[in-house]
Amino acid sequence: MMLVFLESACTSSGVLDPHGPVGGAERTILFNATIIMLAVVVPVILATGLFAWWFRAGNRKARREPEWSYAGRIEFVVWAIPALVVLFLGGIAWIGSHDLDPRTRLHASSAPIEVEVVSLDWKWLFIYPGLGIASVNRLVAPVGTPLHIRLTSAGVMNSFFIPQLGSQIYTMAGMATELNLQADDQGIFPGLSAQFSGDGFSDMRFDAAVVTPQAFAQWIEETRSHGGSLGPKEYAELTRPSRKEAPRTFAAVSPNLFDAILATPGAAPREASK
Amino acid sequence: MFGKLSLAAIPWDQPIPLITSVVIVLLVVTILALITYKGWWPYLWREWLTSTDHKRIGVMYVVLSLVMLLRGFSDAIMMRSQLAVAAGAAAGYLPPEHYDQIFSAHGTIMIFFVAMTFVIGLMNFVVPLQLGVRDVAFPVLNSVSFWLTAAGVLLVNLSLMIGEFARTGWLAYPPLSEIAYSPGVGVDYYLWSLQISGLGTLLAGINFTTTILKLRAPGMSYSRMPIFCWTALASNLLIVAAFPILTATFAMLLLDRYLGFHFFTNDAGGNPMMYINLIWAWGHPEVYILVLPAFGVFSEVIATFSGKPLFGQRSMVIATMAICMLSFMVWLHHFFTMGAGANVNAFFGIMTMIIAVPTGVKVFNWLFTLYWGEVRFTSPVYWSLGFMVTFVIGGMTGVLLAIPPADFVLHNSLFLVAHFHNVIIGGVVFGAMAGYTYWFPKAFGFTLHEGLGKASFWCWFIGFYLAFMPLYVLGLMGATRRMQHYSDTSWQPLMWVAFAGALVIFAGIAFTIAQLVVSIRTRDRRRDTTGDPWNGRTLEWSTASPPPPWNFTALPQVSGIDEFWSMKHAGKKTSPRAAPPAPAAPIHVPRSSPLGFLTAFCAVIFGFASIWHVWWLAILGLVGAIALLLRHSWQLNTEVQVSAQEIAAFDAHEAGPG
Repeated sequence: MMLVFLESACTSSGVLDPHGPVGGAERTILFNATIIMLAVVVPVILATGLFAWWFRAGNRKARREPEWSYAGRIEFVVWAIPALVVLFLGGIAWIGSHDLDPRTRLHASSAPIEVEVVSLDWKWLFIYPGLGIASVNRLVAPVGTPLHIRLTSAGVMNSFFIPQLGSQIYTMAGMATELNLQADDQGIFPGLSAQFSGDGFSDMRFDAAVVTPQAFAQWIEETRSHGGSLGPKEYAELTRPSRKEAPRTFAAVSPNLFDAILATPGAAPREASK
Repeated sequence: MFGKLSLAAIPWDQPIPLITSVVIVLLVVTILALITYKGWWPYLWREWLTSTDHKRIGVMYVVLSLVMLLRGFSDAIMMRSQLAVAAGAAAGYLPPEHYDQIFSAHGTIMIFFVAMTFVIGLMNFVVPLQLGVRDVAFPVLNSVSFWLTAAGVLLVNLSLMIGEFARTGWLAYPPLSEIAYSPGVGVDYYLWSLQISGLGTLLAGINFTTTILKLRAPGMSYSRMPIFCWTALASNLLIVAAFPILTATFAMLLLDRYLGFHFFTNDAGGNPMMYINLIWAWGHPEVYILVLPAFGVFSEVIATFSGKPLFGQRSMVIATMAICMLSFMVWLHHFFTMGAGANVNAFFGIMTMIIAVPTGVKVFNWLFTLYWGEVRFTSPVYWSLGFMVTFVIGGMTGVLLAIPPADFVLHNSLFLVAHFHNVIIGGVVFGAMAGYTYWFPKAFGFTLHEGLGKASFWCWFIGFYLAFMPLYVLGLMGATRRMQHYSDTSWQPLMWVAFAGALVIFAGIAFTIAQLVVSIRTRDRRRDTTGDPWNGRTLEWSTASPPPPWNFTALPQVSGIDEFWSMKHAGKKTSPRAAPPAPAAPIHVPRSSPLGFLTAFCAVIFGFASIWHVWWLAILGLVGAIALLLRHSWQLNTEVQVSAQEIAAFDAHEAGPG
């Protein structure tokens, strides 16, 4: 049963189907750690069944030692086995934490694209400060190019997560977090908030569209030629709670909008519910 | 006059809470009417509501927990059925405003009022008996603790019919739980009910720590103390150390919400992440407050039914205390995705894994307790074996989550939900059920029906796997927790499997209820006349079932681990029926006291009035509670004397032809 389940997990758009270096490395860690632990867990499960069944009352073949309660060598081994496993896994954790620190820049030939992410009730705002454009509920990125992402929240906490690209990170008002991601394949990868943020949380989803560099350039052109600009007034509009917003773009963004949001945490509280 | 309270607070437009409320109110009224009609009030008041007997208080805790299990479980059924249908374009039948309350209430109720309450109930009943003493250190305080917990329970349930519950998740993270984003009374219900019950828990922790450290039978050194008492000690030390953090954290959030403070707000220098650090500084030890006593239960059960002493008792004690210490050093693993540096994350990840070492040692020691034993397959053993198999899987996924880069993709997903249900159902619930079946005959003098107990086990066991293995997979597929609907219809089949699993677990609960009913009806055939139905090893089995209010006529003299086993084998005593020497002096037992009940009554008034900003009533409740406590402080006559004749009569009856 589990195998059927796992197979469906691998083929669907989850974390076992990564399309970038971060997600790929994280899947490797998941697999390695699981296999190391299964080497102990499976024998323990088997031993539980076997010991209990063999030493059942009424089994005449079983040896009984009703006073046996201590053996120094066994005690040594039972402390040593989990300690060794943890030593192993601790190494993985230490190295993995450093290699996959969300702030660590990814090695790539091309310069990263800067993206600023703001979580709002209940939608995502993506600002491209280098390009002067912005987008709501749709992140567009060129394939094979690292993304350097700075994140904050306009109000409540959220967690920015594209399962197929790897690492998620919190968005917190008044604080900026950093994340580096990269997609190595083209495609539409679903993104979401992984931190409950209120009644509209379930629809706080977006698409990460990974396209060829040509298509990306074309998207920039189109964005710049369509739609209005995102200034303080439009941003104030945007902070109003809304659900299921269709993706849209802004041809221009007032400079330093992200830093302004960062500097005024807690603006625009939610309207009182009934 | 009535603050924010008006008739509009009743959810007229929401049929589910409204109908549920009406049913609950009718049920309560019927029960109260029946009690009145039968004239049971004097008995209930005298023997239970005002009782300071740790055994009675323990039973009341467990009953409260089982009742709340039904409430928490109906929340679970609603969540699972909602997610089974709310795929693609479908929105399901629970709007987010309601669904968000359900998962918040489910978590709050299951942790604080089911698991916590059950575990404290077991400790209440068992610890003094295992220690070979007559009561806990502070019997009246014990009653106050229980009733404050009951007050919290009452407030949580009032939120169903008057107003709303929190829509923030069970830990009410700010800024979402701040007044700016949660202006309703839901978070206030959450905070006040947990403040009041949390005070009760802290007092219980102080009481049990004192009892275990200061009141043990003559000769019971720490090295001779039964393992369940050790785990209870660790658990209560954690309560004493951790619950003040919870109270202080909630107090700060209350100040934010009521008086415009800025501890955790976004603006004016507040820092929500401080709350998240503090709440987990309580929250992670809380996990071990629950699971350590469960480990103690399994240790007792496996040793007893293997007919062997616990293997490596000393290792087990060291492991227990190591977990107790380490549990305070891992809180940050609940938010690796906060963006802390690699060194910080790696440190807390490794600290978390280190907890797996003493836990692993425990599993191995249980295995070697079975080894060369003579295992009787009773239902407590089923629960214990089911636990061992299930818990190692939960432990494994827990260690996976402890690896920061793995957590970056698993955090807050249904994988996480599956993990903590894996350890809480597989560990705490199975432990509670094992303990319930194991000590039931001691509490009531007759055993529970074995067949129905095993049926309950199989339903819980299979139901758990059906309900939560799909959640592991869904988490890997990118499904996050607390979503009310989802667009990816490929998740739906697994959601249906999970719902089916919840129904199987429900059958398990039904079997437990049936087991209780059938066992009561057939109690005459299943009397435990020996006081020692399982061929037990520890002191609780050396007294009658149920034990007299004074527990032991003569306090046992302890000379080793598994004292009762040694007594039996030395031929000193085969069962409590072999009459103990007649006591030379009468015994003093604590006098019953209405203090707990009345204080809790005032606490409910205070909490309810504070939630609705009815200040005059809040002041009245608070003053009432303080006045009651002060009045009790002048009470000198706190004990009643049981005469030597009465004791002799009880012992003679126990030893008589039975």
